[in-house]
Amino acid sequence: MALATDGRPDPDQLLDQIRGAEARATQGRLRIYFGASAGVGKTYAMLATAQRELAAGRDVVVGVIETHGRGDTAAQLAGLPSLPLKEVPYRGRVLGEFDLDAALARRPQILLVDELAHANVEGSRHPKRWQDVNELLEAGIEVWTALNVQHLESLNGTVGAITGVRVHETVPDTVLDRADEIILVDVTPDELLTRLKAGKVYLPQQAERAAQNFFRKGNLIALREIALRRTAERVEDDVRHYRVQQSQGPQPVWNTSGSLLVGVDELEGAEQTVRAAARLAGQLNARWLATYVETPRLQRLPSAERDRILAVLKLAEEMGAITSVLAGDDIAAELLKLARQQNCATLVLGRPRRRPRWRAPLARRVADAAPELDLVEVGRSPASRRLPSPLPREVEDDTPPGLPRRWLRYATALAVSVLTAVLATPLIGWFDLANIVMLFLLGVVGVAVKLGRGPAALSAVLNVAAFDYFFVPPRFSFAVSDVQYLLTFAVMLAVGLLTGQLTAGLRFQARITAGRERRARSLFELTRELSSALQSQQVAEIGEAAVRASFGGQVRVLLSDADDHLPAPPELPPGFDLAVADWAFRNGQPAGLATSTLSASAWHYLPLKAPMRIRGVLALQPAQARWLLIPEQLQQLDTLARQIAIAQERVHYVEVAQQALVQMESESLRSALLASISHDVRTPLTALIGLAESLRASRPALDAEQDRMAQAITDEARQLHTLVSNLLDMARLQSGAVKLRSDWQSVEEVVGAAIRQAAPALAGRPVQVQLPAELPLVEFDATLMERVLVNLLENAAKYGQPPIEIHAGTEPQALWITVRDHGPGLPAAMRGREHELFDTFTRGERESATPGMGLGLAIARAIVEAHHGQITATDLSQRGGGAEFTLRLPRGTPPAIDPTE
Amino acid sequence: MPSPTAILIEDEPQIRRFVRAALEAEGWLVHEAEGLRRGLIEAGTRKPDLIVLDLGLPDGDGLELIRDVRGWSQVPIVVLSARSDESDKIAALDAGADDYLAKPFGVGELMARVRANLRRPRGLPTETGQPGEGSDPVFRFGGVEIDRVARLVRRDGQLVHLTPIEYRLLSVLVTHAGRVLTHRQLLREVWGASHTEQSHYLRIYMGHLRQKLEHDPAQPRHLLTETAVGYRLQVEG
Repeated sequence: MALATDGRPDPDQLLDQIRGAEARATQGRLRIYFGASAGVGKTYAMLATAQRELAAGRDVVVGVIETHGRGDTAAQLAGLPSLPLKEVPYRGRVLGEFDLDAALARRPQILLVDELAHANVEGSRHPKRWQDVNELLEAGIEVWTALNVQHLESLNGTVGAITGVRVHETVPDTVLDRADEIILVDVTPDELLTRLKAGKVYLPQQAERAAQNFFRKGNLIALREIALRRTAERVEDDVRHYRVQQSQGPQPVWNTSGSLLVGVDELEGAEQTVRAAARLAGQLNARWLATYVETPRLQRLPSAERDRILAVLKLAEEMGAITSVLAGDDIAAELLKLARQQNCATLVLGRPRRRPRWRAPLARRVADAAPELDLVEVGRSPASRRLPSPLPREVEDDTPPGLPRRWLRYATALAVSVLTAVLATPLIGWFDLANIVMLFLLGVVGVAVKLGRGPAALSAVLNVAAFDYFFVPPRFSFAVSDVQYLLTFAVMLAVGLLTGQLTAGLRFQARITAGRERRARSLFELTRELSSALQSQQVAEIGEAAVRASFGGQVRVLLSDADDHLPAPPELPPGFDLAVADWAFRNGQPAGLATSTLSASAWHYLPLKAPMRIRGVLALQPAQARWLLIPEQLQQLDTLARQIAIAQERVHYVEVAQQALVQMESESLRSALLASISHDVRTPLTALIGLAESLRASRPALDAEQDRMAQAITDEARQLHTLVSNLLDMARLQSGAVKLRSDWQSVEEVVGAAIRQAAPALAGRPVQVQLPAELPLVEFDATLMERVLVNLLENAAKYGQPPIEIHAGTEPQALWITVRDHGPGLPAAMRGREHELFDTFTRGERESATPGMGLGLAIARAIVEAHHGQITATDLSQRGGGAEFTLRLPRGTPPAIDPTE
Repeated sequence: MPSPTAILIEDEPQIRRFVRAALEAEGWLVHEAEGLRRGLIEAGTRKPDLIVLDLGLPDGDGLELIRDVRGWSQVPIVVLSARSDESDKIAALDAGADDYLAKPFGVGELMARVRANLRRPRGLPTETGQPGEGSDPVFRFGGVEIDRVARLVRRDGQLVHLTPIEYRLLSVLVTHAGRVLTHRQLLREVWGASHTEQSHYLRIYMGHLRQKLEHDPAQPRHLLTETAVGYRLQVEG
């Protein structure tokens, strides 16, 4: 999450809240059976309810249930369908683990997943089961689960302090907070102990040992109190939410006056400060921020220490905080600046372990500078546990940034001292010692500026020694005759140390500024370069170059294709896992290195989220894995990814627009071509027909044979015209260039028009039309439907015998029209596969003398199907003879006629 | 009586040849033009009694000529169209052309159209369907008689009852007998300018008219459908 730089609430965050509410609607519900300790009956209660739901007909499936060998619980499991466990090999054994993929594939209404705090075997998709549950909820599956109070992250320290038993499997408080229902399963400590003794809780041989360690009555009372209190807090929240919703007023987004800032320090136990702050923020219903101020001194900490600090920040983020790392000299000043910017009313700090005498403690300094701020100092208890590093061992690395290697710097300092002494020796007769000492001082300042604080100190000591030994009388002895030289030594030492200190500070500031500038510049350059990209490939290349420039290491930008799939790159770099990339792409969440999903992966995978959809995945194997833990770096990576995604979306839409344009052009070209062919063919045919007819009408009249020939020219030309029209129509229909001009039409009218149109082909054969009196209007393109009927009539005239009959009628959803003749019926070869008659270039008889190309029926079918209708052929040679073609058109609702008109 | 004058505007010489022959055979004086500009000059100078116009001319759209001529003359214009699309026929008719023929057409069809359009009474207020001066108040087609003074319709001597709208529709068709009328033209004349898109009204009322006046309404001989364009009242059939 990003911090807004001014004091106003971040609009993105407001939007997130609204989106959160929307996301909630599609997410599955989470029900947690919450208890004070093992053995209170959470699993039993969950299964009992599940049995009831199953009986009520809901789709309940057991994902994983731990019965711990308890008979009662195992009995409750009977009859519930359950998913088989996935067998995972681990250190020579095979462990049964919850099968997340099987659950996602099965998609039950309700899924039972016991032991929310369970840590998955190494190599699972998520390290923790609660993360599996999150994914199930995202997929819209309702999940029921069980959780003990000691597994709650923020209470982990407290419970540990009370019971003396440390628990390593924890669940962030946010998981409990997002639960839709929390059901407290409660028994009195006495009852629990009785159960324990009766062997109902653990297996008998384990019971005694467990009871001695954990199940002491005092412990149980304390745990019960904590569980009840935590539940009560939750109930109180629910009540408050309910009241706010009831009051219909504007919903307070957060308690704006009460934001809480926790300063993460470098000391052991900082995570307790964070947990306390999380608890406090939860009680206050306040937004909270966690920040770590890195001073030059803290920057020199060994990398393991810095990782631990970053792990604490990650914990804070998991618990719902907005995190950041600030750089500055003065922790108090940086904290106060942030507190004012973000309108924080409370500052939470860890108690300093040891207090330097000469300097006021941090809390005191903050209090002096900002009297209006509430301060909470959190104590450190020894029961806290070390946080695991979020980075896998093998990718940790340690390369000190900036300066040359340590020993080289000290050697240089030594060399400078020697050189100064050698150079100053010839001057001894010419200059006062007071001036010669200046040369030594210069050497110290030079070393301090160039090589930092440590070499400066060494240089100061060496120069003092050299000056004393070689120059101060008595020479070649460390003895000092004149006491005032002691002042010279002291000043030289002080100047060396002071300059070194100042230089180190300056260098630190310069480095921060340079880093900030570099980030801004790389972002600016990326934006500028992306703005000129016109193809996806360019976007990917520019993006990869920009991320590589900022993070080093290896970068791959995978962009989704047109079908919204992530294509596999031609060659996979080592360690790159396409499955993880795909997961990040599908789920829209980062995965791999330094995330909570498949964190054993060597690469970090970031989805490229654009406004419309996810456009691909940015995969990164940074030069230093630690960079991925620093909030600023992650934010930078996020911004880069967002820029790439937006550029890709722009390119995508440019491509879509271009394709549409090309398609439009080719379509209009095609229809222009067809129109032009049709025009060019009709013109000579018109002349042919007209001239032949003129010939017949010429004076003196033609003789009978000549007249027949002229008539034949006319007939053949008309037939040629029909043929060409059919071909062109078929081409037009097949190319999709035909646009229906549908209107509410009368069947009687189109039948009449078709009969008139087919008159030359019918050649006087009678057509009997029988239509019901009140046929409804039907929506179709009259020209095309006339064409269908003309083709059917011409077929009937060509292949059948009169009388030709046309009937029509209605069905509830359709209107049908039949054209029937009384000829020999369909050819015997076509019977049983009548539908093939409508295929292009199929004719009843091959190479017959009857003209036509078998296009008529194909065109008829194409037209009828374009109207969402059907056309069928039936052979009636067994029932009075002939063939019958039936077309059915959907009826729809004709428009009403205003009766007053 | 001097020969009537026809102007034939068509770019294809073979079509010009037979159309000219057909017109001359019936006593027309024919002036040819092979382009739009030449056609306009001929139309303006020859005082034609008929214009036969091809829509697709090499030097421009025939529609322009129709609009131009309609600015100063009511001369019948018959359009020839080689395009398969109905929309340009409708456009030509709405622009003021009187009839159209789709290529390829026969000489017989052409001359039938020419005759029908010459019979048309000119300069009459068509909205009322009143007969023009000197014309027969009784109009006949098939077995149907329409007495436009008494506003009575008989079929085979029997009085046929028509609703006011049916009568108005029939009289518009009678006024333009032989010519094709577009849906838009009919709707405007019968229902008014606000109903020009509701062509399903026409289908219903034309159906009623056919039921009452045609022997076989499904195979009409007089109240003909020009698919996707409009309707025509054909007198001889």
